Amino acid sequence: MTRQLPQSVDATQALLQDGAYVADRSLATVLYLSLTLGRPLFLEGEAGTGKTEIAKVLADTLGRTLVRLQCYEGLDVASAVYEWNYPRQMMEIRLSEATGDRDREQLAADIFDERFLIERPVLRALKPDMAGPPVLLIDELDRTDEPFEAFLLEVLADYQVTIPELGTIKAPEPPIVIITSNRTREIHDALKRRCYYHWVPYPAVERELEILRVKAPHAPEELSRQVVAFVQKLRDMDLYKLPGVAETLDWADALTQLDKIALTPEAIDDTLGTLLKYQDDIAKIQGSEARRVLDEVKQELAGQAARSAS
Amino acid sequence: MTPPPSDDRMSEGEPREAGGRLAENLMLFARTLRAAGLPVGPGRVLQGVEAMQAVGIERRDDLYWALHAVFVNRREEHPLFDQAFQVFWRNPRLLDRLSQLALPEAPTDENQQNRREIARRLAEALASQQDGEHEQREEIEIDAAHTWSQQETLRTMDFEAMGQAETAEAKRAIARFRLPVRPMRTRRYRPSQHPGQADLRRTMRAALRAGRDDIPLQWRHQRRRPPPLVMLCDISGSMAQYSRMVLHFMHTVTRDRDRVHSFVFGTSLTNITHHLRHQDVDEALAKVGGTVTDWEGGTRIGHCLHTFNRVWARRVLGQGAVVLLITDGLDRDNAEGLAAEMERLHKSARSVLWLNPLLRYAGYAPKSLGARAMLPYVHDFRPVHNLASLSELVDVLSAPMDRRNSEIAVWRAMIA
Repeated sequence: MTRQLPQSVDATQALLQDGAYVADRSLATVLYLSLTLGRPLFLEGEAGTGKTEIAKVLADTLGRTLVRLQCYEGLDVASAVYEWNYPRQMMEIRLSEATGDRDREQLAADIFDERFLIERPVLRALKPDMAGPPVLLIDELDRTDEPFEAFLLEVLADYQVTIPELGTIKAPEPPIVIITSNRTREIHDALKRRCYYHWVPYPAVERELEILRVKAPHAPEELSRQVVAFVQKLRDMDLYKLPGVAETLDWADALTQLDKIALTPEAIDDTLGTLLKYQDDIAKIQGSEARRVLDEVKQELAGQAARSAS
Repeated sequence: MTPPPSDDRMSEGEPREAGGRLAENLMLFARTLRAAGLPVGPGRVLQGVEAMQAVGIERRDDLYWALHAVFVNRREEHPLFDQAFQVFWRNPRLLDRLSQLALPEAPTDENQQNRREIARRLAEALASQQDGEHEQREEIEIDAAHTWSQQETLRTMDFEAMGQAETAEAKRAIARFRLPVRPMRTRRYRPSQHPGQADLRRTMRAALRAGRDDIPLQWRHQRRRPPPLVMLCDISGSMAQYSRMVLHFMHTVTRDRDRVHSFVFGTSLTNITHHLRHQDVDEALAKVGGTVTDWEGGTRIGHCLHTFNRVWARRVLGQGAVVLLITDGLDRDNAEGLAAEMERLHKSARSVLWLNPLLRYAGYAPKSLGARAMLPYVHDFRPVHNLASLSELVDVLSAPMDRRNSEIAVWRAMIA
């Protein structure tokens, strides 16, 4: 099932909603721009704010193929773009020697043929696809080093790669490119300039509650409210790693699995590991601090309920 | 579609095609951003027009985020853009004030004239559009507090100019500079004559070129590269006599290799990497002297390391970074929380080198609370007895780390 690209910001928001992705208007606007004007989308933000998810939802709702390139340090052209199939090439050379039917020039041309080319994600994203141009997700670009970034410039500017033995391969239709970064280092401006930049923040209370309703429908309403309020409080605290939306969802799931219908200090202490990922942070929150925050949360929620009732 | 608010500039019923005034306004807006310090070039303006045409001008927030995606490139630029947008697309009269507030440093005369010129032209251009429109005065408080220097100026620093001889010496010294940390193996390869890993690609090409019966293997080796370097330098009162020399060292290192981040701290932490990128050492030091405001005051090592761990560690300690900590370990806060922060730093960096220039005599023992808190978490400790020249600093830092009879064990024994 393939779908047309959305024709307005509203349509983009609706599209994301179909994919069970709760997006801010700002994100929908930037995504719409990127889709209509064919420029990559550069998403930066803390871990667990749903950057990678956007590409998946997009591929899913538009019915396109998702091509994912997970970045790591030392990622090179051989594992990102293409590689020759050396064993088969050697076999070919041996075979032609055995039969002696080809001269060297001919052999060279035969060896560096598309038959012996192993496609890696970037090349696959540039090739025509039955379902339309694929969605190319370049995940956690900050993990690679500068040389790979520089290489990406050519790909992102012209949607083409050059293979010395074959020539230049250009995408008939540009793929949809989504780049994400956790900002463990600054990405060079030259690359950002070719993209639409968007910082994905932690969601506000209502937005996070909405996400929870969509993604964790089995969590009781009361529990969801408390979970969101608690997490939002934690984000204002001085922690080494603040919990993202992914952690909120995990936590709500864990509490639901334990049949909790509301937060209790014991339940928090037992499940804090799904929310906070550093021992220092857990030690800081566990026990009395969790109790204090929970009391605050309960008071606030009670206050809200009283206001809305009156 | 929600109807746009009546005071919106976009509500004037202009054609969707951003010909004419809207494009012109966008250009002026870009100019305002540039004056405020965002790197906005003509290419961006074209992108901006494109983006504006794509989302339309019916909704203010759509236009906002569309232009945001084009003009903003880092998170820090967001507040500046936000203010400029609010002011520009609402009340151009405030622009005068904005453009004056938006100067991060004292402009030269010519500069100032330029900016005034721009602001005036801006005001004129906007005023001509506003003819017939209801004149309205709005009191908008411009909160410029978070856009540039957050601190009041407490104390800045003047450095005497570096002599030519000194600069030459710096270059010679830095040529000898070796961190006592081995260069890291990367996952990239270089061709090699000696057996290592087989380089099949080169092998295949060579085979075709030679056309012999056998296929001789070609080799490759892993490239090595010095790790990223993060320098944290104490500039409190007790370190006063070294700060100029150490900054000189930081500047020379920054110019010499890539992936260097520099911070100074006294009572608060300041990132000075950007300033040190100036080619000219005097200019760089003058910039640092003018930006940093806690020269020769007290030291709050624990507090500053906490800031570093929280705000910067994840961004600069990637890819196996080495931390060079230059401090005397004398802490005003009685080393409160210092051990915990040192432990965190120790866990996130590949190695932590502590250079202590406190000692003017040889019988130093790490007795102060700060030193006792820090010593367990450093991989290497280098006290210097007389830190008078850059070349000495380089020598001390370049001395190889001998693991077997490492001095660090001796130092640690002293605090046990």
